[in-house]
Amino acid sequence: MTAEATQINSAAETAARASGTVHPGWLRITHWINAVALFMMVGSGWEIYNASPLFSFNFPKSITLGEWLAGALLWHFAAMWLFVVNGLVYVTFGILTGRFRRKLLPIRPGEVIADARAALRGRLSHDDLSVYNAVQKLLYLGVLLAGVVVVLSGLAMWKPVQLQELTALFGGYDTARYVHFVAMAVIVGFLVIHVVMAFVVPKSLRAMIIGR
Amino acid sequence: MSRIRRVIPGVDPKLLIKDATKLLPDPTRRLFLRGGASLGALAFLTGCDIIDGPAAEQALMKISYFNDRAQAWLFNPNRLAPTYPESAITRPFPFNAYYPLDEAPEVDGENYELEVGGLVENKKSWTLKELYALPEETQITRHICVEGWSAIGKWSGTRLSEFLRRVGADLTAKYVWFRCAEGYHTSIDMPTALHPQTQMTFKFDGEILPTKYGFPMKVRIPTKLGFKNPKHVMEMAVINNWNPGYWEEKGYNWFSGS
Repeated sequence: MTAEATQINSAAETAARASGTVHPGWLRITHWINAVALFMMVGSGWEIYNASPLFSFNFPKSITLGEWLAGALLWHFAAMWLFVVNGLVYVTFGILTGRFRRKLLPIRPGEVIADARAALRGRLSHDDLSVYNAVQKLLYLGVLLAGVVVVLSGLAMWKPVQLQELTALFGGYDTARYVHFVAMAVIVGFLVIHVVMAFVVPKSLRAMIIGR
Repeated sequence: MSRIRRVIPGVDPKLLIKDATKLLPDPTRRLFLRGGASLGALAFLTGCDIIDGPAAEQALMKISYFNDRAQAWLFNPNRLAPTYPESAITRPFPFNAYYPLDEAPEVDGENYELEVGGLVENKKSWTLKELYALPEETQITRHICVEGWSAIGKWSGTRLSEFLRRVGADLTAKYVWFRCAEGYHTSIDMPTALHPQTQMTFKFDGEILPTKYGFPMKVRIPTKLGFKNPKHVMEMAVINNWNPGYWEEKGYNWFSGS
């Protein structure tokens, strides 16, 4: 990062703090669109999984979307546009505004361990919502990566002929199914922690709605 | 559902007879979308009840038609499906249909005649002897089911594009439609019909197609999902009016390209 860029970034940060804004508008909008898209993708994905399970369990029908395979596929291949387009908007803004670099980097292993310990003892502060602790950084970056993997492995399964190089990259069609599942599991695991934390620190939920 | 779960290829021959009707929704319901407990949550999130009922179904079908166009755009007519060595063939190859194996249609090969209709110059029917005399090609490709599982098989027969040229088909027409012995029907886009790997199949694994794999003729399309590969084909027609198919009318995406 050049000195100039650092200056601009810190200027943006100072301005944001002065106005009390924790999350800019583009972030809040894409966040909530993503929440809806994920709900539809995961719910329908579970119903699709049930048609030919990879493991010895099914998802209970009461928590799946689409009623049966065809309905679930319609949901999945409709919501994918929302998920991908919204995700691209989010990532583009995240990179261009420098927010990703500012908020999520660097991640130092020592800090992650120290912050994780503190978090488990209930001693990790969330007083300043605009600064992410090392565990948050790791989780946010990790779920971003899982999002990229879930989209790419999904494409590899959807178009194993037209996008066969991508499918091969995932070790073939059958392996891509497992990768897609694991990426989903990572995202859902993140969501559980994320939602619990939002209720543990209610002002963070407020910040994601009204910005501060 | 427990029987269905293990149709992942090469596992247990007993489990290969699969009753896909179990995957169908309750027949008393016309809609394939109905709210379950989970759906209330989205209705809550969005503040409106878009999740069930004909409106949601119509909207989803519209997006599915959009996806047909997106997939047609993505389809490269020269892109070949990956092929595999003999050693990769899934044995036994799964039987899969919406009826159990003992209800698979038994077609009399002696009296069989493939009907050819629609926008073709020569509407003569074809006996099996005539069909078997057509140039033969073999492919070992991956069959991918809409349910998610896949299996590799070896199919031999003649290129559909070759046959369409022989019967003087209008290759500028939009679709080729197939009708099967048990009443199943489906249709494909012309670019896929002309794809070099789209095959009128008469043999599986070097043997005349057994009943379970679609005797006397299957259409093998490695660039499409399994349900777009009709078995026991009795009639084909080159058409311009869209006539989607059995599963497509129940909600599966029409193009269903791989």
